[in-house]
Amino acid sequence: MFASFMIHAWEAATVVAVVAGLVGFFTVLRGAAFAAHALPNGAFAGAAGAVLLGASTLAGLGVFSVAGAGMIAGLGRRARSDVATALTIVLMLALGDLFLSRTSEYAPEIFALLFGEVLAVSTGELWPTVAIAVVCIVAVVVLYRPLMLSSVSPDVAEARGVNPRVMDLAFLVIVALVTTMAVPVVGSLLIFSLLIGPPAVARSFTNRPSAAMGLSMLFALVTVWAAIAVSYETNLPIGFFVGAIGALSYTVGRGWTAWHDRRMGPGKRGERDVLDASRRHGGAF
Amino acid sequence: MTKPGAVAGDSGRVGGPGALSGAGPVLRVEDMSVSLGGHRVLDEVTFSIEPGEFCGLIGSNGAGKTTLLRVILGLTAPSRGRVMVTGGTRSRRDPQIGYVPQKINLEPDMPLRARDLVGLGLDGHRFGIPGRSAARRGAVEAMLEAVGASRFADARVGTLSGGEQQRVMIAQALICRPKLLLLDEPLANLDIGSAAEVVGLLSRIAVEQRISILLSAHDMNPLLPAMDRVVYLAGGRAVSGTTDQVVRTDTLSRLYGHHVEVIHVEGRVLIVSGAENQAHHVGDVDPLPREV
Amino acid sequence: MLSVSWSPLFEPGFFSSGPVHVALAVGAISAAVSGVVGVFTVVRGQSFAGHALSDIGTAGGSAAVLVGASTLYGFVAFNLVAAAVMELIGIRRPRGRDLATGIVLGASLGLAALFLYEDTVASSTTGATVNVLFGSIFTLPPGITTVMAVLGAASVAVIALLYRPLLLSSVSYELAAARRVPVRLVGAGYLLAVALAVSMSAVTIGAILSTALLIGPAAIALRLASRTGVAIAVAVVVGVVACWLGTLLAYDSTVWSGGNGWPVSFCIVAVIFALYFASGVVSWSRSNLGRTAPGRRRHPVEPVEVG
Repeated sequence: MFASFMIHAWEAATVVAVVAGLVGFFTVLRGAAFAAHALPNGAFAGAAGAVLLGASTLAGLGVFSVAGAGMIAGLGRRARSDVATALTIVLMLALGDLFLSRTSEYAPEIFALLFGEVLAVSTGELWPTVAIAVVCIVAVVVLYRPLMLSSVSPDVAEARGVNPRVMDLAFLVIVALVTTMAVPVVGSLLIFSLLIGPPAVARSFTNRPSAAMGLSMLFALVTVWAAIAVSYETNLPIGFFVGAIGALSYTVGRGWTAWHDRRMGPGKRGERDVLDASRRHGGAF
Repeated sequence: MTKPGAVAGDSGRVGGPGALSGAGPVLRVEDMSVSLGGHRVLDEVTFSIEPGEFCGLIGSNGAGKTTLLRVILGLTAPSRGRVMVTGGTRSRRDPQIGYVPQKINLEPDMPLRARDLVGLGLDGHRFGIPGRSAARRGAVEAMLEAVGASRFADARVGTLSGGEQQRVMIAQALICRPKLLLLDEPLANLDIGSAAEVVGLLSRIAVEQRISILLSAHDMNPLLPAMDRVVYLAGGRAVSGTTDQVVRTDTLSRLYGHHVEVIHVEGRVLIVSGAENQAHHVGDVDPLPREV
Repeated sequence: MLSVSWSPLFEPGFFSSGPVHVALAVGAISAAVSGVVGVFTVVRGQSFAGHALSDIGTAGGSAAVLVGASTLYGFVAFNLVAAAVMELIGIRRPRGRDLATGIVLGASLGLAALFLYEDTVASSTTGATVNVLFGSIFTLPPGITTVMAVLGAASVAVIALLYRPLLLSSVSYELAAARRVPVRLVGAGYLLAVALAVSMSAVTIGAILSTALLIGPAAIALRLASRTGVAIAVAVVVGVVACWLGTLLAYDSTVWSGGNGWPVSFCIVAVIFALYFASGVVSWSRSNLGRTAPGRRRHPVEPVEVG
């Protein structure tokens, strides 16, 4: 499992998991599960188009996912956000259908983009992945506060000079960048599961935003590593295991929440912080 | 029924004991009109608020209260007139105004404690990640103490009751030491007990910290014990003064343009429309457009 | 006669081709049902759930291929189960509900990955994948029109039965609950209708594109109409027109390009988008130039006028 050709797979998956955990924290906070599904899934059309034109799949993914982010934000000005996302994803997928129909030669690679093949990562592909990952992380760190404020209360944000629409677009572009770096490595199905599963579980175990982000990254790493290991042993698609682990851990998380709330009693709901039992006053962040 | 000690003066520029003289008005709105989509939502609204005054902005749903608050915050431009905050013209991102919006959508699962939310009020508009300095922690702690939220400072905001969430939102708005605090329908979803507590808290803040309060509501009764001034909105027009000056049959009938009856029953005020006159359909700005 | 005068638009053989007849009939049925159900989906803010159901159908379709059954039955079976699961999870707040939907979707797509892998291994082609994901409206098995008509009738019947309580609970959950409407039962019935509608579209336009038929015409209708009944009618008309025009375009393009025409699903989606933008122009000009009282936003659904 740790043969030299597998090392790249582990490295790539680790990078993807860290970024997914970080961006996923905001995805779940903002209730953007649909967009996190739409952008990676739709972006595969960009890859198909790129192959048609003889360009790099990475460029195709990048252009399409950023365009998709713009479209969701743009349509979302006059329509509800879930309708805007639905329309965006069907347009992108329909274009993907069109591109695919032009030739049948590369269909297997395109389906690999949808469902993921971590084992097919080579050294050359790792550097763009890492580079874009760094951009994503920097963007999240720089935008942390305004993103938090506009996610929690868009009205207060607006009053303080933070434009919620701009934050919306910025967040979607970050998801588009995550898409671009992760889809060639793990496929669009996987990145979606990593963007919502681990953060959803993490929030069951802590009240603090910083701890939730950290746990989210940790759970994403564990998920991906376990999935690679089992996929390697069984020869079955890695996406299956990521989806299954995601669903299982989410159920466990909710179960823990329900049990913990009942144990604490009605007056003390919300004072659940497994990590912080000894420190009563917590940090500033 | 009215705040004890309120003094009647000439039209509109009145101070009660909560108003401290000498510093000039904190907020001055002059002949302010707003047209949205070709329709006049606010019509030559004029009033001012002194430092430390508690002012209620009363009007039915759709009367233009949210629009007025948005203009004061600088989020909507008036078509005419002007708004001045502490003598200067209103500018965006003005830390002199704290804001508690109407809709607070906090999910119970959100990993955000009360103290984190208050911290966001301090520097949530700046880039980067929040610092961990003792000063910052101290400021947050002090503000939580001031609004009586220390008890649940580490609880998830989404699991707090309506009244508790309001306290946290007030703390968030006050932590930058504004001169004026705006609250958009803060009492709408609270039971009578919680509403009274919030009004009491705000009144204390107004008096002790010399912070002016402008609070919008469609029912003025919970505010009667605390209000120094009323700005009453109907049909886009406003009249301002003490409760005794404004909440009278003749004044309000003139404002509405048809006869309304002001009835006092056991310390409460009821305003009854004389005729079924629906002439004034003023569209309020809906922050969540319903169009698809 | 008709084909002679319209011949530039309708390539030869269009009206006489058997597969085209089936395509038109099946397309119309699925579009009509999606239009009815879609209006409620948009009003309830459950576009993600509608889309998720169709993606989850992918697992069903690929499972059906694996066992050699018709994809339609696979779609229906999996969609019904998924709808039941979603209803059981039953989180009401939209963000929590969308998150749960996403988790179920992720797990189902994982299952789909598994089945498609087995499909590909078993038959060493990717043809099955294309059919499941993007539909196969011109290569449908015989007798499917009848099955579709029955399923369509069932879905519409559920909606018709639940019309008033469904409308009330869609517009205001609390109000409906206060009026003793069995909101969970109504919600379950609605999801059942969606599951059927989405399965049917999955066959024609593909599992991952059936959202276009569910949301597109409904979104267009709600921009143009403010009463629910009218919106439903408009959505049905728009959906059927889009399907027929799309089918026509796809057929014509096959003839123009000598064999490798545009896929039907793409053509249908293209028509829907053209109509969406057209509706945007119409509604913009109405509010800025027309007689509607400016500044008055019309609420898209007026429960009071339902009767």
